[in-house]
Amino acid sequence: MTFMTLKRTPLYRAHIDSGAKMVEFAGWDMPVHYGSVIKEHLAVRSTCGLFDVSHMGEIEISGTGAFNLVQRLTTNDVKKLDWGDSQYSIILRPDGTAIDDVIVYCHGPEKYIICTNASNTGNILSWIKDHPMRGSNVLDRSDETALIALQGPDSMEVLSRIVDIDLSVVDRFMFIRTEVNGADAIVSRTGYTGEDGYEIFLGNKDAEPLWDALLKAGRANGLIPAGLGARDTLRLDMGYPLYGSELTSETTPLDANLKWVVDLKGDDFIGRDALLKQVEAGPKKKLVGFTLTGRGIARPFHKIYSDYSMAEGSLIGEVTSGTQSPSLKLSIGMGYVDIEKSKRGSEIFIDIRGRAVPAIVTRMPFYKAKPVAKFKIDD
Amino acid sequence: MEHPENLKYTKEHEWILIEGESVTVGITDYAQDSLGDVVYLELPDEGDTITSGEPFGVVESVKAVSDLFAPVTGTVSEVNDALVDGPEDINDDPYGEAWMLKIDLDDVAELDGLMSSADYEAYIAEEA
Repeated sequence: MTFMTLKRTPLYRAHIDSGAKMVEFAGWDMPVHYGSVIKEHLAVRSTCGLFDVSHMGEIEISGTGAFNLVQRLTTNDVKKLDWGDSQYSIILRPDGTAIDDVIVYCHGPEKYIICTNASNTGNILSWIKDHPMRGSNVLDRSDETALIALQGPDSMEVLSRIVDIDLSVVDRFMFIRTEVNGADAIVSRTGYTGEDGYEIFLGNKDAEPLWDALLKAGRANGLIPAGLGARDTLRLDMGYPLYGSELTSETTPLDANLKWVVDLKGDDFIGRDALLKQVEAGPKKKLVGFTLTGRGIARPFHKIYSDYSMAEGSLIGEVTSGTQSPSLKLSIGMGYVDIEKSKRGSEIFIDIRGRAVPAIVTRMPFYKAKPVAKFKIDD
Repeated sequence: MEHPENLKYTKEHEWILIEGESVTVGITDYAQDSLGDVVYLELPDEGDTITSGEPFGVVESVKAVSDLFAPVTGTVSEVNDALVDGPEDINDDPYGEAWMLKIDLDDVAELDGLMSSADYEAYIAEEA
C-alpha cells in the first residue's frame, strides 16, 4: 500500500471529538458515521442532521466572459439564473458522457460559483483550463471554503435561531449572502437528502464555531451530526444519482434520467451534439430503481437478469447502488437495464453471490419527503 | 469494548463458547462495532457441514458486506433463525441474543488454536 496523506476539512477535530468513524473518501479523511448510519438517517427524515461536506469543490468563474463559459460548460440553461439562484447541472465531454454533476450558483451576470464533487474538482479545473473563454477568470476556492449542510424538516427553525434574516425569503434553489454566527456566509437552500435544508458556505476558520453553534441551536430538535453513510442512504431513498455510481464516464445524462437538467433547445454546450444524436437514435439503457422482494441487499456491480435462471441471454444490466433503506425498511437499489426491460412493475433478478434474488422495477423517488417548511412566526 | 473471558476468539473476529464437543458461535463486539448497523444476515441450514477457515455466511451493514468464516469444522446443529429476521441484535447484544450457530465438532483438538480474551484484545490492538 502506498502512503498517502489524506486531506482534512476544518471540522476534522470536531468529528474525532464526536467519536466519528473516519474513512477515506476521494482523498479526504471523512466521517462515515458517528455511531449509527440508521440513527443519523432517521434524524434527517424526522427533524434534522448536520453534515460536513467541506470536501466538495468551489470553482469561481468571473468576468465579462463568465456567463459564456458556464453556458458552454454545463447542460442546463444558465440564462434562467438571476443573482441568488442556483441550478443543478452536468458537465459533459464532447461524446456526451459526464465529467461531473454540479450546482451552479449565480452571483450576478459576471460571477458564478460551480460546486463540484470532491473527486472531480481537479478534473473540472483542468477541463476549464482546456476550454478557455475570452474575458473569464477561474479561481479555485475549494481549499479556503468550508461547506456545512443542515438537512431535515426542522432546518429552517434551527437556522433561524442563529441568523438575523427572515429565512422564508430564501426559496428552494436560492441562496443569500448573510452573516451566520458572526461570520460572512452564503446560505443556500439546497441539499442532497430530499428534505428541506441549507448548505452554508463559509471560510475555514469560521467552520468549527458554526458547527458547534448549530448543534447547540438544534439540540432541542434532536439535531445530530450525520456522516457520509447517511448522506448516501438518504440520496438513494430519493433516487438521486451519485457521481461514480449512476453517473460515470460511460453514461450520459439522458441514460441517467437527467433530461430535465439538459437544455437541448437553447445555446450550444459541450456534449450537446452527442446528446442530440442519442435522442435521435433512441436510448439503449435506462437507469431504474428497484425494490427487492427476496432477501438480500443489492450492491454495485451485481448483475441484473430478466429471468430466474440467470442464463447468459437474460443478462439485462448491472446494479449501481443499493442499500437497506432505514426510512422504508426495504431493500432498494438502482441500476442500468436494457431499455425494453425498464418498465415499472417488471420483475428482474439480481445475482447476489450466485442467488437469483427477485426485485420489482419501482418508481423513484422511493421515499416521499415532507414538503419544505414555510416560515412561521412565534406567538 | 467487551470481550468476555469465558469465550474463545478467532482472527476473523468470531467468538466461540465451548460446551463439551459442541460450540456456539457469534461475532465479537469489536466486529459489530467495525461493521456498523447490521441489516442483513445469511446463515447455513441445520445439518450443513462447515469447514474451518471457509466462509459459512454473510453479514451486511448499511454500507458493507462481510463474509463470516467458520472457526471450526463440524456439523450445524442449531441456527438462530430469529437473528436472521432481526439482525440488528448483532449490534445490541453480540454475545447474547446474537449467537449465530451451534456446531457439533469433528475434532475437539481444533479448539487448541483459538485465542483467549486477553490474546484477542492484544490482537485487535495491533490490528487497529
